[in-house]
Amino acid sequence: MRTHARPWWQRALLTREMLTILILVAAWVVASAVVQGFDGPLTITYLVLDVAPVLLIALPMTLIIATGEIDLSVASVVGLSSVTFGLLHQAGFGLWVALPASVLLGAVCGAVNGTLVAYGGLPSLAVTIGSLALYRGLAVGLLGTTAVTDFPESWTDGATENLGESPWPVVTLGLVVLIAVFAVLLHATPFGRNVLDIGRSSEAARFSGVDVKRTLLVLFVLSGAVSALAGVYYTLRYGSARGDNATGMELQVVAAVLLGGVSIFGGRGAIHGVVAGVLLIGVLSSALRLEGVTVNVINIVIGTALVVSVVAPRIAGGLRVRRRPAVGQGS
Amino acid sequence: MQNAAPTLRLEGVAKSFGPVAALRSGTLVVQPGSIHALVGENGAGKSTLVKIVGGVHRRDAGVVELDGEPVDFTGPAEAKAAGVAVIHQEPASFPDLTVAENIYLGREPLGRFRRIDRRAMRAGARELFRDLGVDLDPDRPAEGLSIADQQIVEIAKAISLDARLLVMDEPTAALSAVEVRRLFAVARGLRDAGRAVVFISHRLDEVADLCDTVTVMRDGEHVSTDPVAGVTADELVRRMVGRAVSDLYPKVPSTPGEVVLRVEGLQSTGTFHDVSFEVRAGEIVGLAGLVGAGRSEIARAVFGVDRYDAGRVAVDGRTLRPGDPTAAIAAGLALVPEDRRLEGLVTESSVARNVSAVSRRRLARLGILLPDAEARLARDWSGRLAVKAGALDAVATTMSGGNQQKVVLAKWLATGPKVLIVDEPTRGIDVGTKAEVHRLLSTLAAEGLAVLMISSELPEVLGMADRVLVVREGRIVAALDRADATPETVMRAATPGASSERGDAA
Amino acid sequence: MTALTALLRRREAGIALALLVVIGVTTAIQPGFLLSSGGWRDLLLTPAILVVLAVGQAVVVITRNVDLSVGSMLGLTAYLAGRLFIDVPDLPIVVVALVAVAAGAVLGLVNGSIVAFARVPALVITLGTLYVYRGVALTWAGSDRIDAGDMPRAFLALGTRQVLGVPVLTIVAAVVLAVVAYYMYTSRGGRQLYAIGSDPDAAELQGLPVRRRLLGAFALNGALAGLAGVMFAARYGTVSSGAGVGLELQVVGAVVVGGVAIFGGSGTVVGAALGAMLLLTINRALPVVGIPDFWQRAVVGALIIGAIALDRVLARRRSHRLAAERDTDQPGGAGPADREEATP
Repeated sequence: MRTHARPWWQRALLTREMLTILILVAAWVVASAVVQGFDGPLTITYLVLDVAPVLLIALPMTLIIATGEIDLSVASVVGLSSVTFGLLHQAGFGLWVALPASVLLGAVCGAVNGTLVAYGGLPSLAVTIGSLALYRGLAVGLLGTTAVTDFPESWTDGATENLGESPWPVVTLGLVVLIAVFAVLLHATPFGRNVLDIGRSSEAARFSGVDVKRTLLVLFVLSGAVSALAGVYYTLRYGSARGDNATGMELQVVAAVLLGGVSIFGGRGAIHGVVAGVLLIGVLSSALRLEGVTVNVINIVIGTALVVSVVAPRIAGGLRVRRRPAVGQGS
Repeated sequence: MQNAAPTLRLEGVAKSFGPVAALRSGTLVVQPGSIHALVGENGAGKSTLVKIVGGVHRRDAGVVELDGEPVDFTGPAEAKAAGVAVIHQEPASFPDLTVAENIYLGREPLGRFRRIDRRAMRAGARELFRDLGVDLDPDRPAEGLSIADQQIVEIAKAISLDARLLVMDEPTAALSAVEVRRLFAVARGLRDAGRAVVFISHRLDEVADLCDTVTVMRDGEHVSTDPVAGVTADELVRRMVGRAVSDLYPKVPSTPGEVVLRVEGLQSTGTFHDVSFEVRAGEIVGLAGLVGAGRSEIARAVFGVDRYDAGRVAVDGRTLRPGDPTAAIAAGLALVPEDRRLEGLVTESSVARNVSAVSRRRLARLGILLPDAEARLARDWSGRLAVKAGALDAVATTMSGGNQQKVVLAKWLATGPKVLIVDEPTRGIDVGTKAEVHRLLSTLAAEGLAVLMISSELPEVLGMADRVLVVREGRIVAALDRADATPETVMRAATPGASSERGDAA
Repeated sequence: MTALTALLRRREAGIALALLVVIGVTTAIQPGFLLSSGGWRDLLLTPAILVVLAVGQAVVVITRNVDLSVGSMLGLTAYLAGRLFIDVPDLPIVVVALVAVAAGAVLGLVNGSIVAFARVPALVITLGTLYVYRGVALTWAGSDRIDAGDMPRAFLALGTRQVLGVPVLTIVAAVVLAVVAYYMYTSRGGRQLYAIGSDPDAAELQGLPVRRRLLGAFALNGALAGLAGVMFAARYGTVSSGAGVGLELQVVGAVVVGGVAIFGGSGTVVGAALGAMLLLTINRALPVVGIPDFWQRAVVGALIIGAIALDRVLARRRSHRLAAERDTDQPGGAGPADREEATP
């Protein structure tokens, strides 16, 4: 039997992810041609710095949505980790202690979500709406309306400076490494296969001996830890630890992931598509901003893109009904 | 009455799902005032035909007429409005609504201001249940009803529609003898009132008892229609199967070895109780019983996907951790589950990914799973089982039921199991593949595999098994050797109300 | 089981009890919380808007959907109402309110049509329209802001007026609650909404008008968000483009706390309304018992998680009880009639 029904180039090019990549390239080309100042080196620098937190969080979010679950508490974890980082610094701990401590706290936040969802059998949507309020509430409660801002310059500069003379910020290296790690995890390990199987049919996965609960727990812990890392970055990038940092970012992350071709039903998704989805939102935002368009219009664009990205494949697929496949054709 | 137009007339009705032709040429003529049996093996296309009549599916080709008028239902509501009531095989109840609400949903009796008259609704449900001779509380939520009770609710719903055509798709599979008798009385009442009834059942004795006409289907096509009095049961079976029964079950003789699987005192509240049995190497043990008797639940608990409250499962003398399929797999258990599309396969995934699903961890090198290793395993096993697919990356949804089942078997055989549990291994697959599956199971047993087979097809159990355990209402009520197992002994043990004291109660 | 114990066993009774405890404890610490005229008024007035939103959201959630765009719909309709007062000065207040309600219904209908016809998850669609509706409001309003001076005094009076000691807005919320609760319990349509949420596939198989019902649920939710927008303008006397930002989480939280299952099919609008009252009353009670209001959100979050966990435990217990009942109450147990039947 043949291994593949279609030649390799078709399998590589005719994908949902390619569509997002194409739109990204087109947006880039159009913006460079039309928008004044878009093709300058500063665009790349700010693009990377701005999208970094969303990009980071989008990686574990891809895996979570691929299982058919969701984590809406990520932006609140960013806020809580930012506050923790700031408070530990204020209390005189070195940042090399504050950083891992904040990430650890994020992992604990994720473990709480994951335990409730996986072992408590609670719907992730409801649980993480609750923990969105809870973690944000803790962040705001701990720091009130004040902010911690006196971070050492060596750290805040590190978060924004470029690699030598290039337009690429140093954080690009970290992003690339994490993207690679998550891509391998999802696409080339038994764990990643299990993740997709759970999203397609968690019953079938369970009957194949996949530990669905543990897999979900691991994913939520990852999501919490990476969100906390993004929180530390966010704090250093803006030099300010505040309880309301990154409020509402969860919606941007989910939008980017879905734009990147991950199915909200679970079972389908690829890291390269998600990276393209995040960058697409970033490019549109910075191009429109350079054009003097307000953030409002950008929101309309993102919102519409999100709706279209979900509706379009359904219409293209001839409105195939997603039914319980078991409604028998036999006997 | 025979001169009037038939209540229902289907001719040459066809329906395909993707590449799978579920119904090639369905023909059925049902007269008013008649109870018409529709028989055929699983996969013969009966349920598809019923779903077309009930407006669930739209036909691809052919004629459907009600009282001489051509109809083309685009949805179940239209069929209902046209006077067609269908009791589907899978009861579709709403767990959050009460029993009475389930029966009257969408056509509740209304009082003043179009307000639902709950008292009338409750009284109506009570009356329906009285006619059916069951004691069900109309105010109880449908959640947690047994399959038999859910089926009763479906029947009550269909009867209350007061339809001109009532179609019952295996309504008796989960019912007790008393309930079946009451249902038959209701059906006869409808017949005498000039309504038409279509009755689908695997039990030919029921067909002979209730129906006046019988239509046989095979492989999605009409085979014959006769008055019930004019054909013998043996003749019907021959037409359904298309060949003599003995050809179908190529039993390879084998000598049972050591006990591999031992189950002791297994219990799950509300489902099964005190279940003990063992399966030896090289032996096929059949688990027979009515639908809903708890056979699949026992298999699931043994394999670990369901928990149990008490008891012990051991493979090769080592006790398994309850509720842990991973441990069960490591110990050498494999389960080909009842619902292939929901539990057996990830239907959206390719052949290669499905075949390698359980073996992934073993295939990975340093944690990395290369597509090559996956493809090699999949090619090897799909070759051995003669899986027919366009390519290894063909998605399982596009395959026929028989090929899907081979993929499930390949997935489990690739793990090198010691005990293979198969739950309805040939449900909904074509006759040819069916024989292949039987031959495979026989050969595997001969090679020393311990096989536990659950099947609702009595000939399959009797043809394949070395020993037959009969489950009734969650208990093993009989253990029969191959020589003692006949349709009569098994059915008597399996049917609630039959004298279980007689015979070889375990 | 008598009618009284049945009533007390309901999930709503638990929330009502919790509400009473919160009010009682807080009043014991600071009597003015309930026993002053201002305290009494705030107790009733504060939750009015959230109650209206929670009732609409509950109807949507019961169908196994969700509408996250409520905050944006409220913002847009509140601004629309304010704009009408400025641009068409002579328009009667009732007409303005009706226009806002109709506008809300249209926005809700847009959500509902996409969900019902493209069969895509409401979560994603309404997340998208949350952005879009808010963006439209921001673009339309810009940094403009409608102040009390722009709106008729009679309208603003509605926000504070009381009839027989009950604020007008509270009366509006109570009427909305009563009408919707009556519909959900006593009409065919209401029961079908429950059926759809209980098992959408079975609902299709039964031939229920699933699409029409979903459109109705979303339109109702939108209309109530529009009404809440008008109430918002009257209550606060000032509307900017940011009105109602982040409200969706409070609304969904209230619904969940009120015992409406997020996966549809169960719960009542009364419960959702009680959930809304509980959330906001706790918010106001916190400073009284000495917890800074910075911690309000954390308490709300803990409450939401606690409520869904509790519901889960109760559901498990119920299904275990039903399974045990089945054990003792087997259908067709071997009675004499059976035996006679079984002899061939």
